[in-house]
Amino acid sequence: MAPVDHGHAIPLLQKIQDTYGYLPREVLLELSAETGIPAAHLFGLATFYAQFHLEEHGRHTVRVCRGTACHVRGRQIIQDAIDEELGIGPGETTEDRRYSLETVACVGTCFLAPVVMVDHDYFGKVDPNKVGEIMGGYE
Amino acid sequence: MPTVASALKTVTLQIDGREIVAQEGDTVLEAALSVGIDIPRLCHDPRLKPVGACRLCVVEIEGQHGLLTSCTMEVAEGMVVETETDQLAAKRKTVLELILDDHRVTCPTCDKNGDCALMDYSYRYQADQFAFGGFTPAPCEPNFATGNKAIAFDPQLCITCGRCVRICDEVVMASALTFKQRASSVEVTTPFDMPLNETSCVLCGLCISTCPTGAMYDRAALGQGQMKDLEKIQTVCPYCGVGCTMELNVNRETNRIVRVTAPEGSVPNDGNLCVKGKFGFEYVHSDERLTTPLIKENGEFREATWDEALELAGRRLRELRDQHGAAAVAFLSSSRCTNEENYLMQKLARTAGGTNNVDQCATTCHAPTVAGLASTFGSGAMTNAIDEIKDVDTLFIIGSNPTAAHPIIGLEMKKALAKGAKMVVCDPRKTWVAEHADIHIQHKPGTDNMLINAMLHHIIEQELHDPEFVESRCENFDAFRANLEGSSVEQAAEVCGVPADLIRSAAELYAAGDPSSIFYTLGITEHTSGTENVQNLANLAMLCGQIGKRSSGVNPLRGQNNVQGSCDMGAMPGDYPGYQKVADELVRTKFAEAWGLEMPTNKGGVVTDFIDQAGDGVLRGFYVFGEDPVLSEPNQAKVIANLENLEFLVCQEIFMSETAKLADVILPATSFAEKEGTFTNTERRVQRVRKAVEPPGQAKPDWEIICLMSTAMGHPMAYGDAGEIFDEMASLTPSYGGMSYDRIDDVGLQWPCPTPDHPGTGFLHEGQFTRGLGAFKEITFREAAELPDDDYPYILSTGRTLYNYNIGNMSQKSGAIRQKQSKAFVEMHKSDADRIGVANDDLVTVATRRGEVTVRAVVGDRTRPGALWMPFHFVDQPTNRITNDAFDDVTRTAEYKVCAAMVAKG
Repeated sequence: MAPVDHGHAIPLLQKIQDTYGYLPREVLLELSAETGIPAAHLFGLATFYAQFHLEEHGRHTVRVCRGTACHVRGRQIIQDAIDEELGIGPGETTEDRRYSLETVACVGTCFLAPVVMVDHDYFGKVDPNKVGEIMGGYE
Repeated sequence: MPTVASALKTVTLQIDGREIVAQEGDTVLEAALSVGIDIPRLCHDPRLKPVGACRLCVVEIEGQHGLLTSCTMEVAEGMVVETETDQLAAKRKTVLELILDDHRVTCPTCDKNGDCALMDYSYRYQADQFAFGGFTPAPCEPNFATGNKAIAFDPQLCITCGRCVRICDEVVMASALTFKQRASSVEVTTPFDMPLNETSCVLCGLCISTCPTGAMYDRAALGQGQMKDLEKIQTVCPYCGVGCTMELNVNRETNRIVRVTAPEGSVPNDGNLCVKGKFGFEYVHSDERLTTPLIKENGEFREATWDEALELAGRRLRELRDQHGAAAVAFLSSSRCTNEENYLMQKLARTAGGTNNVDQCATTCHAPTVAGLASTFGSGAMTNAIDEIKDVDTLFIIGSNPTAAHPIIGLEMKKALAKGAKMVVCDPRKTWVAEHADIHIQHKPGTDNMLINAMLHHIIEQELHDPEFVESRCENFDAFRANLEGSSVEQAAEVCGVPADLIRSAAELYAAGDPSSIFYTLGITEHTSGTENVQNLANLAMLCGQIGKRSSGVNPLRGQNNVQGSCDMGAMPGDYPGYQKVADELVRTKFAEAWGLEMPTNKGGVVTDFIDQAGDGVLRGFYVFGEDPVLSEPNQAKVIANLENLEFLVCQEIFMSETAKLADVILPATSFAEKEGTFTNTERRVQRVRKAVEPPGQAKPDWEIICLMSTAMGHPMAYGDAGEIFDEMASLTPSYGGMSYDRIDDVGLQWPCPTPDHPGTGFLHEGQFTRGLGAFKEITFREAAELPDDDYPYILSTGRTLYNYNIGNMSQKSGAIRQKQSKAFVEMHKSDADRIGVANDDLVTVATRRGEVTVRAVVGDRTRPGALWMPFHFVDQPTNRITNDAFDDVTRTAEYKVCAAMVAKG
């Protein structure tokens, strides 16, 4: 494979994470060997961006928005309900690897505040009573 | 290429009230530094692209808002800059206090004390380490450098300026280091925090050299002396022919070299060193150094006095000379030693020794260069300066692995690549340059002339050559062209085992480069057709007019620190110093008058002749100085048997080498760090070597020993110091005639330098070749002496690795190097390994018609299928036990690059 423009590193990392759920070390080393992008660069990117995970991750990622709009519309109550429903806090993964829980600075859909994302799905105007239903929707 | 005139556009600006003329494109910081205005800076290193991260170099610029980083700000006409104001001092103090909040202040125990930018600036601006609360110690081990014997890292001292990460990326292109995490959690590490020796790190230590604090440091130097207490002695690296300027940091109380550094902007290495220069000095202080003269009695060595040893050695050599004539004694001089010592050794051979039997290891490596380029151009040396490499447009590299064998020239090539140069690499192995080349021709070992002839043929056929250059500067073109008529790219593709289109593209890229330059090493010379290979590269350069100008020529990269110098000094049978010919009666008369003795007229031989003649009983007495032919010459069993047949063998050595074990007398000598003198590097630069530490025991500087030996042989020789020898040599050597220790004190001079006001010569053959017209040679491809067959189906080549050096007796004394590479190995292609059931790291036996060695297999795709590659650095499994003693017709250089071999598991 010809050397790859280093600007393509982030999309490549995203694809790998979509495939494996996280960025396995062997896969990144293989990617480096195949593309000529130094492993050091890939590791630097993977640790710089919060979206990337180097450890094994849940099958689904729950992202609770803590942007300003969500904050004033009660995101903390939503966060507490999710924490309780899943039995984990932000940055953790459920024992059955079903869910990993994260907070994000803003998902850019303030008109829907408070917002929760599961993988690529948006859930707007969430209230604590909806949490159980949302969390039940993914295996 | 930009012309000199256009590059010199100047800009006038004012800094701190001083009018300064800078070059367009310079930064304000560079302009200030050029006149000694020391703007504080922590993330800046002139080797790196500026990033403006540390904010210390901020300045005030009239008419501009706010404070601006001088390292990123380009100069402009009429600009008015202030670098030290109350406002700037206050800002800098705050920046330093923020940095100190993240830096554990350990100055009393830190090695860097005395050369620490953070300490100096904190003092200058009186920064308070507790202004923001103070540093909270945290565990710093383990980290990626834990356990590494070369490089250590203390994250508590790291100020995350990023210089180590950037130099590893931008300059070394190894990309072993990175930042992980972000904001206040940022930390320097390796990918996945892997141990350094498992990453792409090449152990050059440039991370240490650029670190402004003590965060990156030499592991072995810890506690051996703080920078403020060490004395820096500027000298020249004792390893390869690049000739890097280095500083030995000496602790006078312990008489030890503590660490090696390189001054900023040093010539030719620009402040850079490689693993051998940086970490390879431990041998100087090794317990294995020879410290007294030794005499062999009844098969055992006993300690002797200098008087005893010299009397015996001098008397025996003289007797053998007197009784059996000039062919009975020979003198092997040393490319490891100084010009002064090589000059004296050949003088001793031709005066006290009465023979032209004098040689050094150029025969083992680059003698075909000296012969091939002298016959085509008139000068057997690198045509261009190292400093010119970065401006080459097309790098044409053949039979050379610069990033391993000449790492600092490798860095200069990387500078060219960073500027957009194209690169063609012809090499049977996938080296670093091959993997980064635009075109890699992975031809079969030993088919170079088939390949070069095809390129020449294609260039002429497509009329890509430079007819005007050929017409006005060269001769014998018609015969040369007629000789190529039988060549074809298709035939070469078949014989070389590479696609025909690649050959065409390589030829076209070389012919079109503006300019192109050829670089080669032992992949060209160590063949039975070595001299012809070199001549054919000269043909290529002349045909395309790619020689005789800046950044363009034919550049053999010389292997040993002073192999250029030992040739220049006439430590060769047919040449006096400066390549003045022994065959020329006028020259002989000149030296007879200068040295006060009739000059010998025998033809003399080279080292490979000496070994054969020792076996034949023709050579009886042999004086070997700083060489170990038992390990370095091919077909070891034969070499040992022949040397054992000598009547008398004297070795002048720093270690008990394999050759010294066979000696009758051993004279303990000094390393490069214990004596004065000069080395001449591959670009013909003559540089000063300086004494840094006292020699061990009774060891003496080699030039003194040679004088004593000459005297003991009945021809008194004495000099007050090395400078006196240099002056005598310069007075007899036109190309060195304008040099003196005063003139070469700082950065040296490149020969030819005929007069005291001559500035030296960066590139050769401008306007005219040394010999007048460049001579085209008709070269016909000849196969290697030994080709694969059913019994020995592989082609074995040997070579140098990055981490070790030749016979390994210097590099293997370094703990850091041993940790990285201490065992012999053979590289083989995966398809071959699979077929015979060999896995990576398995022990295999590599055998040839001359013997066998057992080494680890390194399985991959670095070699071609059917090809093997081995380094020759390891004494316990010596590769030269199995190499072929078949020689180049002209120079008697052995064909180390091709012999038939077999491999079996176990």
